[in-house]
Order: sequence, then structure tokens, then C-alpha cells
Amino acid sequence: MNLRRDVFQAIADPTRRAILLLVASQSLTAGAIASNFDTARPTVSKHLQILTECELLEQEQTGREIYYHINAKKMKEVADFIEPFRKMWDDRFNKLEAIMKKYKSKK
Amino acid sequence: MEQKTKITAEDGKQDLVITREFDLPLELLFKAYVEPEIVEQWMGTKVLKLESKKHGSYQFETTDAKGNVVFKGNGVIHEFSPDQKITRTFEMENAPFGVQLEVLVFEKLTDDTSRLNMHVIYESAVLRDQVLQLPFAQGINWAHNRLQEILNTLK
Repeated sequence: MNLRRDVFQAIADPTRRAILLLVASQSLTAGAIASNFDTARPTVSKHLQILTECELLEQEQTGREIYYHINAKKMKEVADFIEPFRKMWDDRFNKLEAIMKKYKSKK
Repeated sequence: MEQKTKITAEDGKQDLVITREFDLPLELLFKAYVEPEIVEQWMGTKVLKLESKKHGSYQFETTDAKGNVVFKGNGVIHEFSPDQKITRTFEMENAPFGVQLEVLVFEKLTDDTSRLNMHVIYESAVLRDQVLQLPFAQGINWAHNRLQEILNTLK
């Protein structure tokens, strides 16, 4: 449960969300990612470290360079976080709709 | 499959919005929130009390097949405007989730369709996320299961 919270704290930050969006389309080095932001390089590195620690990003060594790419599985987990809650309400409302349709035709 | 029920829950916020469009006239949608015997059916819980009026209160209780109480909830109604709006609180008893404020706005779309906009405000962002995780963490959901039982008996 702790890790899960960390993930949500990680994506609560706008810069980190921007990094995820950037890396979503292609693997990039830390330098390439940092060049997209006005923020100081060490700050971007810190963001990358947090995203990597909570497994939203994965590192891959290619030659001398380390490339960051998105961990699709983890991202899906985040997207699915709200789904059971949504499904619960969707089920309730479907039921409500069905009951009231019957109610209408009874009148 | 089209997702009829939408949830907007921004990161780090202590509220969320549930919206749903219904294939029902506004009056019927609102009625489903007012009549205790109808609420019981779609919420999948027993309605012990439901005073649909300003300063009224309500109590829900769900028991399992053996008669053990598995869920108890209650709240008070702050505003009750027929076919328009219900503002109420909700609290799950014996649970650490605090009190939530619910603002339900009912809207007519056409003569046969309507929309519900439910704004839920929790005591904190952490509590909101805990409630969101509730069906997830438990793996089961009281209302959903109860609903399934009712559906099964109808078959």
C-alpha cells in the first residue's frame, strides 16, 4: 500500500507528469529530457530518480548512455486505480436506470 | 463498451466528481433518490430511514446472508430541491473515513434524458484516496455484491 501511495505522490507533481508524457512516445536520455525544461538539471534528475524508484520509468543502458522509458504496466495500474470505484457507481446507476424504466412502464 | 459513468478525481485533491447521463426523464431520476424502496433496490442496502427534506436525515444498513451487519451509513440532508438538487452529508459508521459532503445536481437534458452531477468532498486528499481504494483493497464491494445477489434472485 505504501508503494501505491508513492506512485500517486509521484504523478501529483506537474513536472513529473510532463516527463512521463515526454517519455511516453520515445525513450530518452536524462540530458534530452532535461533540455525540455527550464528547471535546473539536478532537479530534473531528482524527478527522474523518483519516477524510477516507483517504477513508472525504467532505465536501459545503451552503450554509454542511459535511456529512460515508460513502464506501461505500472502506468496501467495507476489508470486502473479508480476503475473499481467507477464500476461500483456504474453498476448502481445501471440498476437505477433499469428500475425506473420499469417503473415508468408500470404507470 | 461506452462508459456511462465518469469520475473526475484530480491528483492530490480532496474531492471528486461523478457524472452520469440517464436514459430517464428528470422526474424519474430524482424519484429514484427519494423513494426508500427504490433506493434500497439500486443501492443494494436496506434503508432504515430516509427523510427527503431540508434538515432530514437518512440511515442505510446492509446485512449479509447470516444477518450480520456488514455496512452502516448515515447522513443529514442540508438542501432538498425537488428535481434540482440535494446537498447532504454521508458517513460510513465504524470506519475511519470521516464525513463526506455530497452535492447532487439533477439536470434535464431532453424530455427523456437527464444528467446527475455528484460532487463529493472528503475531509482530506488522503481520505479521498482511501475511499477510492476501498473497493480495490477489499477486493469485494458490499453494494456490488448485494446487487449481484438481487440480480441473481431476479433471474
